[in-house]
Amino acid sequence: MMPKLYGLLKYSVILLWSAFVVAPFLWALTTSFKTANGVTGGPTYIPWLQYEPSLTGWRSLFGGAGGIDIVKPYLNSIVVTGSASAISLVLGTLAAYGLSRFDYRVGPAKNADVLFFFISQRIMPPIVLAIPFFLMLQFLGLLDSLLGLILVYIALLLPIAVWVMIDFFNNIPRQIDEMAMLDGCTPFGAFFRVILPNSLPGIIVAGLFCIIFGWNDFFFAFTLTFTDAQLLPVAVVALNSSVTPWWSLSASALISVAPLVLIAFLVERFLSRGNLAGAIR
Amino acid sequence: MNGSGFRAYKLAFLLPGLLILLAIILFPLIFTIRVSFSSWDAITPGLNNAGGINYAKLFGDVRYWQSLGRLSLMAVGTVLLQYLLGLGLALLVWREVKLRRFFRVLFLVPMMTTPVVMSVVWRTIFHESLGPANDLLGMVGLGPFQWLTSASTAIVSVMIVEVWQWTPFMFLLLLAGLLSLPREPYLAAAIDGAGPIRTFFNVTLPLLAPVSIGALIIRLIEASKIMETVYVLTSGGPGTATETTGYYIYIRGLRDFEIGYASALSITYLVIMIVALTIIAKLLVKVFIGERT
Repeated sequence: MMPKLYGLLKYSVILLWSAFVVAPFLWALTTSFKTANGVTGGPTYIPWLQYEPSLTGWRSLFGGAGGIDIVKPYLNSIVVTGSASAISLVLGTLAAYGLSRFDYRVGPAKNADVLFFFISQRIMPPIVLAIPFFLMLQFLGLLDSLLGLILVYIALLLPIAVWVMIDFFNNIPRQIDEMAMLDGCTPFGAFFRVILPNSLPGIIVAGLFCIIFGWNDFFFAFTLTFTDAQLLPVAVVALNSSVTPWWSLSASALISVAPLVLIAFLVERFLSRGNLAGAIR
Repeated sequence: MNGSGFRAYKLAFLLPGLLILLAIILFPLIFTIRVSFSSWDAITPGLNNAGGINYAKLFGDVRYWQSLGRLSLMAVGTVLLQYLLGLGLALLVWREVKLRRFFRVLFLVPMMTTPVVMSVVWRTIFHESLGPANDLLGMVGLGPFQWLTSASTAIVSVMIVEVWQWTPFMFLLLLAGLLSLPREPYLAAAIDGAGPIRTFFNVTLPLLAPVSIGALIIRLIEASKIMETVYVLTSGGPGTATETTGYYIYIRGLRDFEIGYASALSITYLVIMIVALTIIAKLLVKVFIGERT
């Protein structure tokens, strides 16, 4: 009796939370097929039954009426997120390996302090950096440019890459590197030929986190660009005025979160493998 | 493999990342500190020397201190909720559950989505007459609520969105922690005849303590920066009811262009956050680990 009741309770909670998780997506999905009639008459949920579905919202994403041209911001976001994540991943993986294997001493600072410097960058509120970033990019002529955004995003993503990778490297026994070096590998050789292939799960998790935080950042893209280098979240939020039709808003929201949701389902098996919180000790 | 050759390898690993981060972060930080001692604003832009006038001014800035209080409340409140929910959910899909891999990904989905973009959707959900929130709650006899237009509910609405967005991150960290727990203590507890509740408090929770502390701190760090959801959902309103510190500084700095004053506010904000988070981290270690010894 008791286990059965417990099982029922368990699945109810799981389903309840699942409903909460998917509710905004379902609402956006149904709204994206509405027209004015379907919105202003009060909330409706089921197409055909409650309202006549239309593709107006989705058409508006590609230059249709009442919408935006989403293609350019989309490509911008892909370029900036992709480049910044790739660079951060390379630099972060190298730095994390170094910190995990060698002893450094920079003045009074040792490994733990250098690691703390990397990770502590996440404490920095974006607003603290926004004003100087603005002036710095203006000085370099990189305001409203993809290159400028990539530079800024490296500062955001590099700490994440170091944070995820150091734990993976710490869990790979040092003897493996030592064996490789006894076999005549240089430290670089040991790293690239032996360690790196073994850290693929870590690299996938680190890369995913870089992509999440890069793709989803809004504030820097918002303050450091105007029109040319506009990124996707900025383009969507620009629609967030009282006159914007909900169907365009919903369609643009769905299409901009879709890629990462798909990636989540693809790399699920790697995600829960890394003991990320355990790295902060 | 000793000597200068080895040293070169050592540096080649660490230096590129370290130098680039220093170059991108350090200049802006030093610059902000310098600007905070100037009276740079829209009328007289430029670096002059105004001494500590901005810092003197911020002590009497009620709106700033209120925003900090509000931010602390929202950050601690949402993170605690996220921890309880995340831990509960992680425990639910940790072991024998049908479709558990599907639910594990599903629970992670909100974290993958862009906070501002989903906030745009949430804003339509919270619409008082045209949104589904009041409509659906009305069916079970609740509401209607003024989700975004009344001071006390607006802050709850922002917190609901924050919990929706970030419980998955807490869930992910705690689930990974649970999956890496050793099996032996559970066998021992089973042999002792401990029930599920005693096993949870005597085995799972203590073993999970380091991960719990890490997860809480990581989320508190991120929550101490709440402003984007506020910007989209309420623009800090009604009045200043949902204005967080980051958003207030944004208004003073990048909208009113009081660069000098905003810089002083941000440096103070940063220092307060570092001090507060350090103290909280120490307290968490005491709460989770201190009790056992």
